[in-house]
Amino acid sequence: MASSQDATIVNAEHLQELLDVLGAEGFRLVGPRVRDGAIVYDDIRFVTELPVGWTDEQEAGRYQLKKRNDAAFFGYVVGPHSWKKYLFPPQTLLWKAQREGNAVRFVETPTDDAKFAFLGVRSCELHALAVQDKVFMDVDGAYRARRERLFIVAVNCGMAGRTCFCASMKTGPRATSGFDLALTEVLDDSRHYFVVEIGTPRGAEIMKNVPHAKAEASQSAEVERASQRAVSQMGRSMDAGDLKELLYRNYEHPRWDDVASRCLTCANCTLVCPTCFCSTVEDVTDLTGDHAERWRKWDSCFTMDFSHLHGGSIRGSTKARYRQWMTHKLATWWDQFGTSGCVGCGRCITWCPVGIDITAEVAAIRGSEKKDGKRND
Amino acid sequence: MPRVFKVRKTRRELRDTVTLELDPTEGLPLTFQAGQFNMLYVFGVGEVPISISGNPMEPAPLTHTVRAVGAVSAAISGLKRQEVVGIRGPFGLGWPLEEALGKDVMIIAGGIGMAPLRPAVCQIMAQRERYGRVTLLVGARTPDDLLYSAELQKWRARFDLEVLVTVDSASNGWRGHVGVVTTLIAHARFEPAETVAMVCGPEVMMRFSVAELRRRGVESENIYLSMERNMKCAVGFCGHCQFGPTFVCKDGPVFNHSRIEPFLKVREV
Amino acid sequence: MEKETIDSLIAEHPFFKGLSDRYVKLIAGCGSNVRFNAGQYLCREGEEADRFYAIRHGKVGVEVFVPQRGPVTVQTVSEGELVGWSWLFPPYRWQFDARALEIVRATSFDGACLRKKCDEDPAMGYELMKRLAQVISHRLEATRLQLLDVYGPSSSRS
Repeated sequence: MASSQDATIVNAEHLQELLDVLGAEGFRLVGPRVRDGAIVYDDIRFVTELPVGWTDEQEAGRYQLKKRNDAAFFGYVVGPHSWKKYLFPPQTLLWKAQREGNAVRFVETPTDDAKFAFLGVRSCELHALAVQDKVFMDVDGAYRARRERLFIVAVNCGMAGRTCFCASMKTGPRATSGFDLALTEVLDDSRHYFVVEIGTPRGAEIMKNVPHAKAEASQSAEVERASQRAVSQMGRSMDAGDLKELLYRNYEHPRWDDVASRCLTCANCTLVCPTCFCSTVEDVTDLTGDHAERWRKWDSCFTMDFSHLHGGSIRGSTKARYRQWMTHKLATWWDQFGTSGCVGCGRCITWCPVGIDITAEVAAIRGSEKKDGKRND
Repeated sequence: MPRVFKVRKTRRELRDTVTLELDPTEGLPLTFQAGQFNMLYVFGVGEVPISISGNPMEPAPLTHTVRAVGAVSAAISGLKRQEVVGIRGPFGLGWPLEEALGKDVMIIAGGIGMAPLRPAVCQIMAQRERYGRVTLLVGARTPDDLLYSAELQKWRARFDLEVLVTVDSASNGWRGHVGVVTTLIAHARFEPAETVAMVCGPEVMMRFSVAELRRRGVESENIYLSMERNMKCAVGFCGHCQFGPTFVCKDGPVFNHSRIEPFLKVREV
Repeated sequence: MEKETIDSLIAEHPFFKGLSDRYVKLIAGCGSNVRFNAGQYLCREGEEADRFYAIRHGKVGVEVFVPQRGPVTVQTVSEGELVGWSWLFPPYRWQFDARALEIVRATSFDGACLRKKCDEDPAMGYELMKRLAQVISHRLEATRLQLLDVYGPSSSRS
């Protein structure tokens, strides 16, 4: 695990060298960019393409970019995109099939050689990657290949958003492992530099060609200072104690009807969530009918189709679908994969058009038990 | 990726149900355990999960009984000899034939639920001396909807197997039982404490059969059900087949009742 | 038939399980053994319901006659079970036909005789009523499930 004691300093003007080195090593660099009024993840080559001097204001159902009064490179939290779109693409061709008379031939899609470097991965997102690893590593060869080649430049949050709750989910704000390099931005009137913690030998190797100096104690201390600042600004919190048991004994809680009266089943939350992994397959043919393809596409448990069985959907009501999403994310995920499915990034709260807040829903259920003075066993 | 299998033979079982016998175009026959399923792909139409209904001890030809309830299953039941189908599998956990050794076995099949249970019956009968009393209760909508009726009669003729059949709705000339399959449990001879029950059919039928079995003294952990849910990947990462914390494709489709009881009780879970 | 024999037959029948010897004797006093050949009716819809049957052997079809369709068996009742409870309530008329589908041996109980004994001994009446209520309840449960038509569209329907 990296410690800030072995940290180095890279001045802001030299950060471009890091991007150049990664590019020279054959990595496809992706990172945060401003587009369509949001900070999204996209291909990046130059530090100037980062959202320099931008910040985001987030609340339940609200997202707005605002200009900062400084030139911070990473002065914002997370936007509607998550890194999952690179490892678990929204659309993947699984195989093609050819029909020749009565015979059919299947042709597998070769695994691509995409080699990604993610620039700007937050602690909550590192945890999200680990969560998705548990789902995909053993069953999806394409995911595994991309994941093993992936180079991660994490960024420690120096601020928190109004919908962030990584602290209470124990997934941040400080990145502690799972990265090759972790940057903490330090910016004030007189200086602009990054404290760089090295997480892996690969990270150390890359750093060899980037101008850097050993960090002094006061500089290394900035890492913890940034983290404290983020913790103090944390917009929300989740009482995550015995969440699994709490939800397992409250499948019939009236709160589900309450949230169902608000939820539009628009599926935004599943699209922006960095851990949601549901997918569907689509079998298509061309006009001749002799060439078929199977595509895997992102799917959402909020659709009626998702649980469709001949005769109807198992989860026909909004209540059932919302309950499925939330109990999966916070409870059954533990039994399936040994972790929570939620990393406290707050995207679902921000991007819900009606502002449904997963932390408030949990609090309501928990609160009703305390009020009644008994558990709903 | 699917393996290509060719249709060797088709047999119409009921008006909407067909049995296909399949051989691989390449490679060895597919071996499986009673209760497992394959994903069947019809070129350009789609893929659906279908239980394997053959005898596990004679894996060739691969046998699937399909009821036409949607576009893909209708296409599958329309396949002719020599046509091909894509097979992925076998998937899932099967019937507890090991756990049932030395015990009485109660098999309850409703409607198309007989198809995934047929392999269990075949395997038990092939090793009959290793089991206690074996009872097969079969329910169907009408006498014309009794699946494998010829085979049922053959089984019924054996001296070491009790077969009771009932229909929900009788036609003229039917002098057998009329009533839901749960009513047959009262007439079966078995020792509840020594019995392993395997139940498959519409979920409602399974729920009430379990209730009756438990009323008779069969413990929840000795009852096994085969569940069904929407499936796409069949290997536990597309998320569609979730039933509470379980994935029906890989934690099932056969489940021990005590494991899933809390979720059977919750509507729309 | 010896009363003793009827006593022991009653005591064996699941419907009467748990009744005290005194009650068994009382009830036996209203009972007699009967036998039906395959095809014989145990009762006809509309006739006076002056009795009920505890089936000891064989299968009975509960039937309704439907014009143009003929007799339709809606449920079967066999050994260990009961046919008939209309003897309990006015107008004391059978609501269905019941026909032996094979040789049936049963114990027939005189409705008026039993009603009188129950009036005289309400505690015994209560015991009988509890058991009858359970039979009706199970029959209703099973009927509801039949109505659900869980197996879906039928092969025999065009």
